[in-house]
Order: sequence, then structure tokens, then C-alpha cells
Amino acid sequence: MDQIEERYPFHRAFNIEGGNFTHAGSISSQVKRILKEEGFPSDVIRRMSIATFEAEMNVICYARWGILTLLVTSDFLKVVVDDEGVGIQDVDLAMKEGFSTADERIRELGFGAGMGLSNIKKVTDEMVLTSVVNEGTHLEFTIHLNPVENFNEVSTPAMGRMSG
Amino acid sequence: MLVKTLGLEVNTGSDQLHQEVTGGYVGDLLSDVIAHSASGNIWVTIQTHPNIVAVASMKDLAAIILAGGREPDPETLKKASEEGIPLLRSSLPAFELVGRLYQAGVSGIVSC
Repeated sequence: MDQIEERYPFHRAFNIEGGNFTHAGSISSQVKRILKEEGFPSDVIRRMSIATFEAEMNVICYARWGILTLLVTSDFLKVVVDDEGVGIQDVDLAMKEGFSTADERIRELGFGAGMGLSNIKKVTDEMVLTSVVNEGTHLEFTIHLNPVENFNEVSTPAMGRMSG
Repeated sequence: MLVKTLGLEVNTGSDQLHQEVTGGYVGDLLSDVIAHSASGNIWVTIQTHPNIVAVASMKDLAAIILAGGREPDPETLKKASEEGIPLLRSSLPAFELVGRLYQAGVSGIVSC
């Protein structure tokens, strides 16, 4: 256990370039690799990969640039994404499945399904999303590693926090 | 068996084809596939960029079939081999391909 306590917490930060689809998905791949190396359960890695992938794609599709930070502790995994971009006018509407403001170019690549934010909410235990139009968006999500703390997913799925 | 019946071209992951198929999903919007496909599904799409491999790997899909004779990007092939994801191709358009998969016993309603 001493070894674990020495290793955690740690964090890694990644820059995301808006509009650059060439390396789209590379940050979520790196996050996945880090979590695999740390030996987290495959279900946790899968959920974290999905949420990170969606968050990364949102910055690429809608922002000028962003920074994604992964925080690994022995109790939870957390990702915080801050971007500078168009922002989100109506956060509740953006959370609705199928709602999207993606243009033709984005859709042609298979993004802009309007499912990204709801997918993040579905696979994480806590999610916070705030935005200022024409400035940027702040997103954070958490997955608890200790099943006892994982009360949101088990009993009250609606508790994933949202603030607008 | 499906590879033979449907005349599919296997591009990568030929050693992973014994995996049991739990059903199928068709779609070109990645987040929709992330939301609605299930582990062990065959995924029919016309998207060819490397992110389809990321999606298949995240969702533990049995295989990706590119419909309509689409060619995968070189980077997609590379990533699919690295991750051991079977990437198949069919010259049939998606509708026809899905119809034949269904006839061959692959259902869209997941049993797992």
C-alpha cells in the first residue's frame, strides 16, 4: 500500500488544438494508456476513455484550443477540460440527446451526433458543465474508484451535477 | 463463417474473428455508436478515419465492416492491427450488407 500512496495523486495535462482533426482521439488514447499502465479495472478504463474521447472531440469541434487535465488519485479519477471557444448558449439543451450545432464538415467526419455530453454523463459518476458564450467552456467529470462512494451510479443516476 | 457467407475482405485482425458476435449496429455518427452499440457487436459504417478503431476498442466491438467498398485510411489500418480490431470490407452498400447480416442471424437487438 505504501507504494500506492507514494504514486498517487498525480496529474497529466494535455493541450488540444481546436479544428485539428488529424490527431483527433490521440489524447483519449494517451489517457487510456496511462490508466491501463496503472492497472485500473477495465470497466473504469472503458468509461474514462469514452468520456475523455467525447470531451476531446468537443474541444476539437467547437473551440480554438483547450487544456485537458487528468487527475489520478487512489479514490477517484477526474478530468477537467477548459477551452476557449464559442461556448454553449443553453447548457440544458446541449445536454439533450440529438441536439447539435455541428456544421456539415464536422458531421461528415462522423462527429456532431448530439450525443457527446449525454454520453459523458452516462458513463461518469459526477459531471459539471459551465460555459460563457463566446469565451469558453469548463467541463469536469469524475469516476469513483471505491464502490462505496459510487452512490450516484447505483442509486440516484440523476445526481450527476449540472450547473449552468 | 460470416466472412465467407458475405464475401467480406479481411484487412486486419484475422486472428480475432473467432469471437462470438452478440449482434450488430449500423451508424456513421461516432457518439451514437458509442451510446448504442454493445460489446461483441459487428459495426457497419462508411467512416474510414482512425477514430473508428478507437470507438470499436472502447466498446469491445467484435468487428468493423466498411460498407460500400470504402477503403480504410492507412492510419486506420495501422491502428486496427495494433489494437487487434478486425477491420473488414464489403463492396455492398450498407443497407444491402445489413440485410444479409440479418439473414445470416445477426440481430440488431442485443442479447448480452
